Amino acid sequence: MVKGLFNISRWEEAFANMDTFGEGMLMTIKVAILGLLVSLLLGIIFGVISTTKVKILQIISRIYVEFFQNTPLVVQVFFYYNGLPQILQGILGTSRPVRLSKLLLGVIGVGFYHGAYIAEVIRTGIEAVPKGQTEAAYSQGFTKIQTMRYIILPQTLKLILPPLANQALNLVKNTSVLALVAGGDLMYHSDNIVSNSGFLQGYIISCVLYFIICYPLAALVRRLEIRSKKTPTPKKMKPMEVA
Amino acid sequence: MAMIKVEKLNKVFGDLHVLKNINLEVKEGEKLVIIGPSGSGKSTLIRCINHLEEPTSGEITIKDIKVTKKNKTEMARKYSSMVFQQFNLYPNMTVLENLTLAPIKLQKLPKEEAKKMAMEYLKRVGLSEKANQYPQNLSGGQQQRVAIARALCTKQPIILFDEPTSALDPEMVQEVLDVMIELSKENITMICVTHEMGFARQVADRVIFMDDGQIIEEGVPEHFFTNPENDRTKLFLSKILR
Repeated sequence: MVKGLFNISRWEEAFANMDTFGEGMLMTIKVAILGLLVSLLLGIIFGVISTTKVKILQIISRIYVEFFQNTPLVVQVFFYYNGLPQILQGILGTSRPVRLSKLLLGVIGVGFYHGAYIAEVIRTGIEAVPKGQTEAAYSQGFTKIQTMRYIILPQTLKLILPPLANQALNLVKNTSVLALVAGGDLMYHSDNIVSNSGFLQGYIISCVLYFIICYPLAALVRRLEIRSKKTPTPKKMKPMEVA
Repeated sequence: MAMIKVEKLNKVFGDLHVLKNINLEVKEGEKLVIIGPSGSGKSTLIRCINHLEEPTSGEITIKDIKVTKKNKTEMARKYSSMVFQQFNLYPNMTVLENLTLAPIKLQKLPKEEAKKMAMEYLKRVGLSEKANQYPQNLSGGQQQRVAIARALCTKQPIILFDEPTSALDPEMVQEVLDVMIELSKENITMICVTHEMGFARQVADRVIFMDDGQIIEEGVPEHFFTNPENDRTKLFLSKILR
């Protein structure tokens, strides 16, 4: 088995499938980007409403977060694959189950799952800004929305960027669960190639390709973490401002 | 003319009756100092005036306009600003940006004009050279002076001070008081919750003593030094005037 890994002809054969790998990688990137957008949108909405004083909104947000955080992503994706078409059939009243495209399935899967985590990141970020900041803003005459926009969220952003980038990183890796439901992503194609050829080169190539996407993200997380701990240094004075 | 009129104001937090039927009138340009033991409701009173706390019952009128839930933002913007015990400067902005944010975003002042005004106020509090620093690089006293300058930048006729020197190291108290004394020469209505009786003696037109959610005694500052009437006032003063 291990010897096979050093077999040049096997590598040649595996690399001959580079087009298929490329196709899978493109799908993975598409799912990751769109999924990230969906999860950010859901995360911001549920994160912000969980910090309002309206009880019902808090409860809705709580249910969403707890449900998606405490059930496996694999189960969720299987449900979307097998159950959702029939539910959509019922809702839309079509004669046949409404099949979702692979892309949409992946986007919904990772989008809803990571949206729950991002909602928590955003909620804790907002709550980490001291109450005095809101009061100072109110006393200056800022409305609730203006206070969020000009005073609270900019401070939140600096705190949440590292965990947010970390979520993006995990999201990319989690797109691979699509392979389990014929997702056409990188893992799916790699697995196909491995089963057709009977040797492991395909997995190694797919690992390298995931690594190429994820390593820069991990490096970004580290940089953001260092930056968020630094206290800002004074800005350079423009001559005119030195009165 | 009455700048602020507080009528039958009550504030209840859960089981705690913090303000009990407060009646108070503050004239335009008046300098009012509120003293009293902690938990007596003095901070809550001025926070109600700025509508940071919603009164449980009663009315607050500023310049003949009743403050309601609906117009509170407008009223805060127009009439009163606040200086806090913990300064509450925006840590992600430079001193200058702290001062110009509200004038630019709310009063829609052009940037250059806002900067010019902010620099003038910074000069008045003696901190023009700190304009481009971030608050966390300043001392407590300097931060509080910046907070006062920030309150001045929005040009409201009322400034509420909520124990502005209580969180400061002793050697920094005077620099903040000096700025406030300087400020008191202007026609700004100042309500100041503080224990600094020296300051009260120097600038206050009137001092009120609060205890247990009520106004127990009021008078000119000298009255409190020479012949306070109420026993509770006497007891409190004996503790702070040492």
